[in-house]
Order: sequence, then C-alpha cells, then structure tokens
Amino acid sequence: MDVLLDNLNIFGPFFLTTIELFALAAVGSLILGTILAMMRVSPVPVFRAAGTTYVMVVRNTPLTLVFAFFVFAYPLLKIVELSYFTAAVVSLTVYTSAFICEVVRSGINTVPIGQAEAGRALGLGFGQIIGQIVLPQALRSVVPPLISTLIALLKNTTIAAGFSVAEAGAIRQYLSERGYNQFIGLLWVAFGFIILVSVLSFVQRSLEKRWSVSR
Amino acid sequence: MRIRTLAVGLLVGGLALTACGKEGTPDTAAPGGATNAATLPTYTVAQNVDVAGSPAFAKAKSAGKLTLGVKDDQPGLGLKDPTTGKYSGFDVEIAKMVAASLGFGEDKIDYKPVPSANREQAISNGDVSYYVGTYTITDKRKTQVSFVGPYFEAGQDLLVRKDDASITGPDTLKGKKVCSVTGSTPIQRVRDQNLTEPANIVEFQGYSQCVDKLLTKEVDAVTTDDAILKGFAAQDPDTLRVVGKTFSKEPYGIGLGKDDTALRAKINDAVQKALDDGTWQKIYDATLGKSGSTATKPTLVKY
Repeated sequence: MDVLLDNLNIFGPFFLTTIELFALAAVGSLILGTILAMMRVSPVPVFRAAGTTYVMVVRNTPLTLVFAFFVFAYPLLKIVELSYFTAAVVSLTVYTSAFICEVVRSGINTVPIGQAEAGRALGLGFGQIIGQIVLPQALRSVVPPLISTLIALLKNTTIAAGFSVAEAGAIRQYLSERGYNQFIGLLWVAFGFIILVSVLSFVQRSLEKRWSVSR
Repeated sequence: MRIRTLAVGLLVGGLALTACGKEGTPDTAAPGGATNAATLPTYTVAQNVDVAGSPAFAKAKSAGKLTLGVKDDQPGLGLKDPTTGKYSGFDVEIAKMVAASLGFGEDKIDYKPVPSANREQAISNGDVSYYVGTYTITDKRKTQVSFVGPYFEAGQDLLVRKDDASITGPDTLKGKKVCSVTGSTPIQRVRDQNLTEPANIVEFQGYSQCVDKLLTKEVDAVTTDDAILKGFAAQDPDTLRVVGKTFSKEPYGIGLGKDDTALRAKINDAVQKALDDGTWQKIYDATLGKSGSTATKPTLVKY
C-alpha cells in the first residue's frame, strides 16, 4: 500500500495520460478504421486496393516500429511538428485502425447481400446503403471483437512510455529510481489496468444487451 | 529527396531502437589536447580466494565464472564495442579489478548489461554477483541492496550544444527541452523542482537517443551525471559541451546482494587497496581522465 500511497503523484497523472492516450486513439481509430472498411468494400477498385494495402502493411508492422517512425524518422521530414504525445496518439491510431477495419469489415460481411441489393433497387447510392443500411447492422454484430481490439489498444498505450510519454508504462522506471519495490509497483499498475479493462467489459456487456439482434 | 531522408530516418530510428546506433570508438576518442598516454593497469589475479558465507561468491565459484552487471551504453564508464563485443570504461575496469581480487581473471568474467531500472531486481535475483554501473548510493536503495563505496563522486550536470550559450545552469532551463532516460533520478529532479515546463521534458530509453535529439536540435539539453555526459562530450568535442555546474551529489557504489556482509567486506578491501596504491588513479586517467577533467579520490564509507 505504501508503494501506491507514497507515489500517488506518479500513479495519478501517469494513469490519466494513459486514459487520454486511449480515448483519443480509440475515437481516431474507430473513425479511420470504419472509413478503411468502407474503402475495402467499395465498388471503386482503387479504393479497395488502397484499403487492402494499408491493412496489409500496417497490420504486419510491429507497433514499436510505428512509434519509432513517428518519433525518430518523421521529424526529419519536417512536415508538421508533432509533440511526443500527439505522435503517440497518431501511432496508436494508425496501428489500431487496421485492426478495427478488419473487425468492421467482418461485420459488413454478416449483413446479407440482399439488403444492399434491395437498397440499390430503391435507388439509394453507395454512401446511403453503407451508412443507413449496412453499417448500423454490421456494427451491432461485432461489439465483442471491437471491444477486444480496444482493450488491446488500451494495453498497447504502454509502449508510448519508451517514446517520451509519461504514462502508466513508465511507472516502474520511476519507482525503481525512487528505490521502491518494483514488483509491488507493477502489481498496482496491473490492478489499474484491470479496473480500466473492467470498464470496457462493462460497456461491451451493456452494448451487447441493448443492440442484440434476434435472428 | 524526402524519400531518401525518410529511408535514412527509418534506418537511424531502427538502429537507435535496437541500441546498435553507436558511432565511433569512444575509448580512443580522447580530444587531441590530452597528452597523457595513460594505459590501463593490469590486475594480479588472486589465488585460492574464499569468501566464507557469501552466497553470491559460492555461486560464482561453482560456476567457475563471475557474472557482473554493467552498463553497455555509456562511453568512458561502461560501453560495449559493437564490433568486438568488448566492454570498456571506468566502471568496467573497477569491476575487473574487484574480480581479480576475488580470483577471477578476465577470461572468467561474464558481463551482463543491466539498464538502470532493472538493477535491484538483477542483484536480488542473483543474476549478477555484483553491479558496477553509475549506481548512486541512496538510503532508499540500501533497503534493497548493499553498497560498497563511493568509488566515484559524480553530480548532475547538463550537456548542451557548443554554440548554445543560453543554458548556463539548472536555473536557465525554463522553456528549454530537456532530455534524459525514462524515470531516471535526474529527470525526476527536473520534474519535481519545475526546472522546466512538463511539456518540455523528454524521456527515452537510452542516453544515446537523447544525444541524437540534441544534435538534431529537437532537445536543448541532456541531463544526467557529469561523468556520463563527459563521455558523450568527448565523443563529439566540436559540437557538444558539458555546462560544468553540478547541482547534485551522486556517490557511485558497487551494488551487491543485501546483507552479503562477507562479500562486501572483501570488495571493500579491494577498492580501498586500489585507492591507496594508485591503481584507482591509473584507471581514471586511462578512461574518464581522457576527457581532460580531473577527479578527486573518494573516501570509502564502510557501513
């Protein structure tokens, strides 16, 4: 208990940064991932190819490398200067959206093709079919894998500790330098993550209940 | 052009990440002005040594090899040459000297690089017999490990670009980007004492990444113990300089298993002997002394 109480000025702000990283990257990757999924099922071959390439490249790149790119290589290009926090959000978003894209795409595949055909018969365009008919049905069927991906994102935020973002992943180093027992410190960090993940699990359960489809 | 910069950047990033991005051979990087052709002393390996009641020594004896914890990324103190795999520096020499007094020659030493945050764990797990690597003696740490020392007195200082005259000490850091290793004591001090704004604190896994960022002007100062900074300044004397205004006391000690009193007494004697017979001075002159700075001998605190 001492390890936690003596170091609240570390645990508090660092976990807060973790939550901020997660929230921003989660919103970003849900948006980007959905757009990518739409690209992958779109009738335009160029969009399909672009979406497929993105997923293939990013999903096969270790997250650490994505971080290293945005923190060490990207500044040399001198396009827009990113703070380390922003760079971390961008890396996490870029990486996670590839996984979100695949989850959403699998959801789209669960919607019977007849629905899209019916929409087309009514004279709806691609955007309307996707936005009003397919996606609402697709998303509700993929809540569990979507939340799993977000949980993975939450835990992936700890990589940012190696790239100059003071968040939960860096707590161990701080405690060690202060001379506290690292094992106990790590147990508290793990406990913090359990709480955060339980919140996500709770969201998953309530969404599943509310959106459950009777087939 | 952009693509080439990108490719180079990626390569550098990747290398820095795997900590292979070391350039030059720092042990020969003495500035031209240093005239002393100091050579490293040789250590006589003691015969038939026995340290009764020391678990760490018994373990090393039965293995026939001594595993020593060191740093591998600090020029002048503990540095691993990426091509030859040999370790060099002040801390490494101290470790070697102590090993000789315990009856282990160079061929019977296994170096194990241990980063700062893992030191207590490596020592208490028995992964290393003892640890020599810029290890500051603190009361809090004494509750987890035992120390022999100080064998060197360092202090927190700042490394800046040579043409940057705006940083003259810790009070001039406001608005400047300051870099050090994640969670290290120096960067915690900067954070706690508000020496610069929290947004300007940059933390990486190793000092070399910080120095890279200093050279590309993404940070304005690297802060840690002066001994470490001098090593980096000696590598690149035309572009980097150490401010030279220490604002903390960092007595370095040899870390070993808590309450391993037998081994501690033995190492204490070895270090005391090296201080008395001039070996310590020779080691200093051949390693850290090459940067042109002098050091005063510390006085061992035996507890």
